[in-house]
Amino acid sequence: MRMLTFANRNAKEIIRDPLTLFFGLGFPLVLILLLSAIQANIPVDLFEIAHLSPGIAVFGLSFMTLFSATLIARDRSSSLLQRLYTTPLTPLDFILGYTLPIIPFAVAQSICCYLVAIILGLEVTVNILGAVLFIIPISVLFIALGLLCGSVLNDKQVGGICGALLTNLSAWLSGTWFDLELVGGVFRKIAYALPFVHAVELERAVIRGSYADIFPHLWWVLGYAAVALLAAVLLFLRQMKKGNAT
Amino acid sequence: MDAIKIEGLSKRYGDLIAVDGLSLCIKEGELFALLGVNGAGKTTTIKMLSCLTAPTQGDAYLHGNSICKDTAAVKTLIAVSPQETAVARGLSVRENLQLMCGIYGFESDKKTAKIKELTALLDLKEVIEKKAGKLSGGYQRRLSIAMALISEPKILFLDEPTLGLDVLARSDLWDIIRSLKGKVTIVLTTHYMEEAEALCDRIAIMKDGKLLICDTAANIKAVAGTDNFEQAFVQIVKGAGK
Repeated sequence: MRMLTFANRNAKEIIRDPLTLFFGLGFPLVLILLLSAIQANIPVDLFEIAHLSPGIAVFGLSFMTLFSATLIARDRSSSLLQRLYTTPLTPLDFILGYTLPIIPFAVAQSICCYLVAIILGLEVTVNILGAVLFIIPISVLFIALGLLCGSVLNDKQVGGICGALLTNLSAWLSGTWFDLELVGGVFRKIAYALPFVHAVELERAVIRGSYADIFPHLWWVLGYAAVALLAAVLLFLRQMKKGNAT
Repeated sequence: MDAIKIEGLSKRYGDLIAVDGLSLCIKEGELFALLGVNGAGKTTTIKMLSCLTAPTQGDAYLHGNSICKDTAAVKTLIAVSPQETAVARGLSVRENLQLMCGIYGFESDKKTAKIKELTALLDLKEVIEKKAGKLSGGYQRRLSIAMALISEPKILFLDEPTLGLDVLARSDLWDIIRSLKGKVTIVLTTHYMEEAEALCDRIAIMKDGKLLICDTAANIKAVAGTDNFEQAFVQIVKGAGK
């Protein structure tokens, strides 16, 4: 009950921010339309809709990191968290309250992304439903990264780290915009040591209906999500114990 | 009966001693001020008493509950209105109050009654549907105090409640704080001498984490040998540095 009240408040804060709607829902759609237009004029395998749309669906989740990080950082800077620390809300209430409301946004975003992809020629199969479902564990990874950043950074730093650095990193290292095999070397090794390309490969495998190919990518995503969530919880608890909301 | 009993409370951040062996008692229903210049240890004291930060040494008992051992019990007794205006800026005034009612697990009827009562007490009726982030500083402080009062606390901590407010908004807030006198034990920190003198039953003056004096405004002036409370404060604080 307490957690749901807090989660409901967080959902309202996110919905009422017009930038959320633009970046969360609009920007990935603009990208998919733009890259499909390029594909129509200069055909590139990478930008074929069945290959491109899973990448855009995952890239869109980097904005979920930004939303969760901004929400926590703002609550810390306004001392709202300090007030809430003195209430009966438990650490679990805080973590779930910040995480759960963002998952429906992530799912809605991927539904919008795949709907536009269908309009642009993606074959309608039950695999799209599977791709939307597999967005949930991937979104937990991105939300946990946001919780982690929001627990240690202020709202301005969050804009720089999550808004610029993380969105770019998750884009470059995901194999969505260019083929990582073409770059090769250390860059490729780094990309495959991080979860972003695995998240994209996972979604691509589901869209293809090659469910055997979701491994080992799913393990990479789940592993990173677990580590990020644990780190976020520990950092949040540390802030809470210090009573240092700001 | 003592609402708060502080025994040798200290807080150290590395080499910095923020609060140094503070001991005092605050009676139930008392309006008590912690006064001091920047870095005196006022906010740290409130943070320790409200279980936001653990003391390095000593303990305090709120209605008999230790801030070190019985934090869950202490949290049911207290409410805090922090120094910065701690409201959910994207929610309306009503939604902010509903948020606090929900966190304290109020049923629908109690929630409605409590919001009605507090909007009347804090004079928030005309802004009830406005977003908190769009309110003036004075209204945001009123909302902050209303949110603190939702849980019907026995002890209310107000950290610099009138900081940055204009004269009229401050006067309005003083009236509100006066109206709470006797109903709830209030501990407020402030930089404003006239605020402490006008509102509070007793005043504790702190410097560098140490308690210099704790008495009524009249007795503090008598000790300093002046009729002016601000002069008394300056003399006591400067005298402690010699």
